[in-house]
Amino acid sequence: MSEIPEDLRFAETHEWVRDDGDGKFTMGITDHAQSEMGEIVMIELPSVGDQFDSGDVVGTLEAVKTAADFYAPLGGKVTEVNESLEDSPEKINQDPYGEGWLVSFESDDGEAVSGLMSAAEYRQHAGD
Amino acid sequence: MEKKTSLYEKHVELGARMTPFAGFIMPVRYDTLISEHMAVRENVGMFDLSHMGEFRVKGPAATEFLDNVLTNDAEVDVGSAFYSTMCYPDGGIVDDLVVYRLDDTEYLIVVNASNIEKDWAWVSSHAKAFDVETTNESDSTTLVAVQGPNASQVVSQLTDVNLKELGFYHQRMAEVANKDALLARTGYTGEDGFEIYVSSDDGPALWDAVSEAGSSLDTGPIVPVGLGARDTLRLEMGYALYGNDIDHTTTPIEARLSWVVKLKTEKEFIGREVLARQKREKPGRYLVGLELQDKGIAREGVDLFEHDRKVGEVTSGTLGPAVGHCVCLGYVERGYHKIGRDLEVEIRGKRKNINRVKLPFYKDGTHL
Repeated sequence: MSEIPEDLRFAETHEWVRDDGDGKFTMGITDHAQSEMGEIVMIELPSVGDQFDSGDVVGTLEAVKTAADFYAPLGGKVTEVNESLEDSPEKINQDPYGEGWLVSFESDDGEAVSGLMSAAEYRQHAGD
Repeated sequence: MEKKTSLYEKHVELGARMTPFAGFIMPVRYDTLISEHMAVRENVGMFDLSHMGEFRVKGPAATEFLDNVLTNDAEVDVGSAFYSTMCYPDGGIVDDLVVYRLDDTEYLIVVNASNIEKDWAWVSSHAKAFDVETTNESDSTTLVAVQGPNASQVVSQLTDVNLKELGFYHQRMAEVANKDALLARTGYTGEDGFEIYVSSDDGPALWDAVSEAGSSLDTGPIVPVGLGARDTLRLEMGYALYGNDIDHTTTPIEARLSWVVKLKTEKEFIGREVLARQKREKPGRYLVGLELQDKGIAREGVDLFEHDRKVGEVTSGTLGPAVGHCVCLGYVERGYHKIGRDLEVEIRGKRKNINRVKLPFYKDGTHL
């Protein structure tokens, strides 16, 4: 059974979102998703300033055997990316909700966060 | 509904992540792929390969029959093993396989799991013209592989056979863990190692005995290894995989397996005419080793370019855990296939440099 923090919201495509206040958000992939993928060995992150609509591909995670895109859970503009993952992508496996965060962004679509899944809903969705 | 091997319960007890593969439900990894891969490179790992198919060929014409149906020479010493392809008349590959010569008139051939039905139909129908009996023993055979530089430390605890006298690509009937077994010094990892074939009734006991014998090595315990690491281990060695790198549309000449096509003998075998002509005239493409120079992983299906010209396609690609970067096999047009040729791949719309290199990618393998 994977870890699913109660204070986050979740997308069907297995990203988590944290509301940092003032229209700012942080996202990553869930413990369930990293466990399914196996060891993540490379990552392609967006650039600061890139704009996304909800559902757009933001970047790509490469495991040994598979590659998987990750998607914008909300529309917004990238304010920061976790550059430490370039050298240490294993942080995504080790600490997916902490040091393995992927992207921070600002969104004026903040209301839409309530349309994402709660922890309980995500637990059911992930089948954990 | 997928078939289960005799070791299915062992995998579940070990907490393996199971996946459907070639009609079987098989372990893809138990712990992490990279840790399993490195255990085989540095110490020793154990694999359930019971999904592979085993056909016994027995009779006065066994050698003659195999010389007809296989591209490699079956006239080898009793107790030795060889790798071969089996081809259609047009030179396309039916399968690639390992052949054990058990006796003057008896062989065991081991085929890919995904090809068992097709191979059995091919082998058994062609056998009708020869004085041989063929038996499909795939469902009643369990195969446990023990692979890695310390493999002999594990297997020596389970048998009286002097392993120093069992050379690479040799085999013999033996008692292993008190079970009747075919003990072969073969494998698909580039490391020293053994493949142990027993009756499926004895499979779980053999698995437990290997695990127990490997639990107290000074170098650390043996680890179970899934199909994920099996694939990265073979790809670091540049070994072709049927279904990815070779199939009925490719020939052994194109796949650089000419060394298993016995054109130097007079023996007639299925596909000879086409393969001899292709070797003489040179094929239009070759299967080659490629290393990505930039960051990223080029995977199966990615196109290869020299400037704007498409010159080939990747057929297998992965991160090589022991080499530390992306390694690929792919077909490249003749003329563009030479070592040192700098090509490009396109990954998600971005061009990256990829170089044609000599195989194997991993050069420190311990196979004898």
